[in-house]
Amino acid sequence: MTAVRFEHVSKSYPIYSQILTGLKASLLNVPQTIQRFKRHRFMALDDVSFEVGQGESVGVIGSNGSGKSTTLALTAGVLRAQSGRVEVRGRVCPLLELGAGFHPELTGRENILLNGILLGLTRREILARMDEIIAFSELESFLDQPLRTYSSGMYARLGFSVAVHLEPEVFLIDEVLAVGDLRFQAKCREKLEEFKKRRVTIVLVSHSLAEVRGFCERVIWLKDGKVAADGEPGSVIARYEAAMA
Amino acid sequence: MRFPTTREREYLKDLLVVLTQKEVKLRYKSSWLGYLWSVANPLAFAALYFVAFSVYMRVDIPRYPLFLIAGLFPWQWIANSTGAAPNLFLTNTSLIKKIRFPRNVLVGAAVLNDGIHFLCSIPVLVGFLLAYGSRPSWSWLIGIPVLALGQSLLVYGLALTIASLNLFFRDLERLTTLVVTFLFFLTPIVYSESMIPEKYRALLYLNPVAPLILSWRELFLSGGLDWSVISLGYLYAAGVFVVGSLIYMKLSWKFAEVV
Ligand SMILES: Nc1ncnc2c1ncn2[C@@H]1O[C@H](COP(=O)(O)OP(=O)(O)O)[C@@H](O)[C@H]1O
Ligand SMILES: [Mg+2]
Repeated sequence: MTAVRFEHVSKSYPIYSQILTGLKASLLNVPQTIQRFKRHRFMALDDVSFEVGQGESVGVIGSNGSGKSTTLALTAGVLRAQSGRVEVRGRVCPLLELGAGFHPELTGRENILLNGILLGLTRREILARMDEIIAFSELESFLDQPLRTYSSGMYARLGFSVAVHLEPEVFLIDEVLAVGDLRFQAKCREKLEEFKKRRVTIVLVSHSLAEVRGFCERVIWLKDGKVAADGEPGSVIARYEAAMA
Repeated sequence: MRFPTTREREYLKDLLVVLTQKEVKLRYKSSWLGYLWSVANPLAFAALYFVAFSVYMRVDIPRYPLFLIAGLFPWQWIANSTGAAPNLFLTNTSLIKKIRFPRNVLVGAAVLNDGIHFLCSIPVLVGFLLAYGSRPSWSWLIGIPVLALGQSLLVYGLALTIASLNLFFRDLERLTTLVVTFLFFLTPIVYSESMIPEKYRALLYLNPVAPLILSWRELFLSGGLDWSVISLGYLYAAGVFVVGSLIYMKLSWKFAEVV
């Protein structure tokens, strides 16, 4: 069974200066504005196709700007493709940024509720998991302090702790694991291994090739918005390294 | 169209409640100061209009200070929400880029927060009423919920329209300020509708916010409920709500690329 399927997906972005021209300039010349919006777009993904099987752990590698984050955002449903089809089966937990939606003035506990709701749980579901989340974060004694007093490592811990307790079926991770202290990193890795054993589908974007090699069963290499290679980690990473050298 | 499941409905309700709680909590974080500041604002304007229009220009309206705040308090809700609307999505960039959730709930929460604040300012209005020897009427028990619901729809529709469009046309904020100021002076708040010359009075009913503001003031001052005016207010509210929702549905899938 496939969990994620991309079929000839292309994604382009408007070029930013177009947006900032504003209403006045746009209204003065409507047809030209429409034309510009249509023509001047930047191709971030160009005819990308791949499949991720249910329970598979797939790494996505590639240089900066090659389209990795765009691929995850399309999978998470935050973006929509211009052409092609994106199909996702199962509950997605997008960990594209740790603690997206956290508010610095609210306490740790209030932020767990806020973040959990934004990630798709109902209040009851979060309250039922609250103790587990807190225990996993190891932040009990700071939980009633406002988040602005947290260090960035503590912030990331809280974000990761909420995310892993959502019971996702498809877990998307975008370069967020290299945070927190070594002990917490080890704990995160352990949690991911546990997910892998439970056959949760995992798509991992990382710049740590060692991590990708150690964890993933398959690797996709994106280059300038196209799939440059897709296959067994050892050989794809070797080709990537050769191209980078 | 497909009807939401029980869990989806529970989820939407929770999302709205938690986001609204967050807004309210942040507003009153410094406890009473937050409340005082936001009541002080319309009161300061009431004092200003009193001096300008009653003392200097000799506008002859009985109990003018009370008359002013009975219109200014509900107006403040519209002004606050539409004033914050242009930046509503822009200040939540990381959310919109990284998480998939119904983004219009952000607007709903902001509008409810301003609405709750308006309801919390009613005691101040009651204080003025008592000082002028009047009393709240029992009809408030029906009138306040009915008007608050209508106004929620109206303000939500306005704010959703502004917030969505502003992502694509970033100078909309200035236009909003201008339009809101126009609406303020075209709505009978500092003057009464009977002061408008007969031949222009029909124009009043082309103003989508006027019927609700007039209804609030009538309710606060005399306890009266004019259901034909309220119906017109609801008609406008529904229209604005539908327009805002259509614009949002048309544009929302592009939000993450432009914030
Ligand atoms: N919202 C956006 N608007 C315009 N261009 C964007 C936007 N997001 C990403 N891009 C561009 O798309 C390309 C791919 O970006 P991204 O998917 O973030 O790459 P990666 O994660 O692999 O570094 C980059 O060139 C980037 O500049
Ligand atoms: Mg990236």
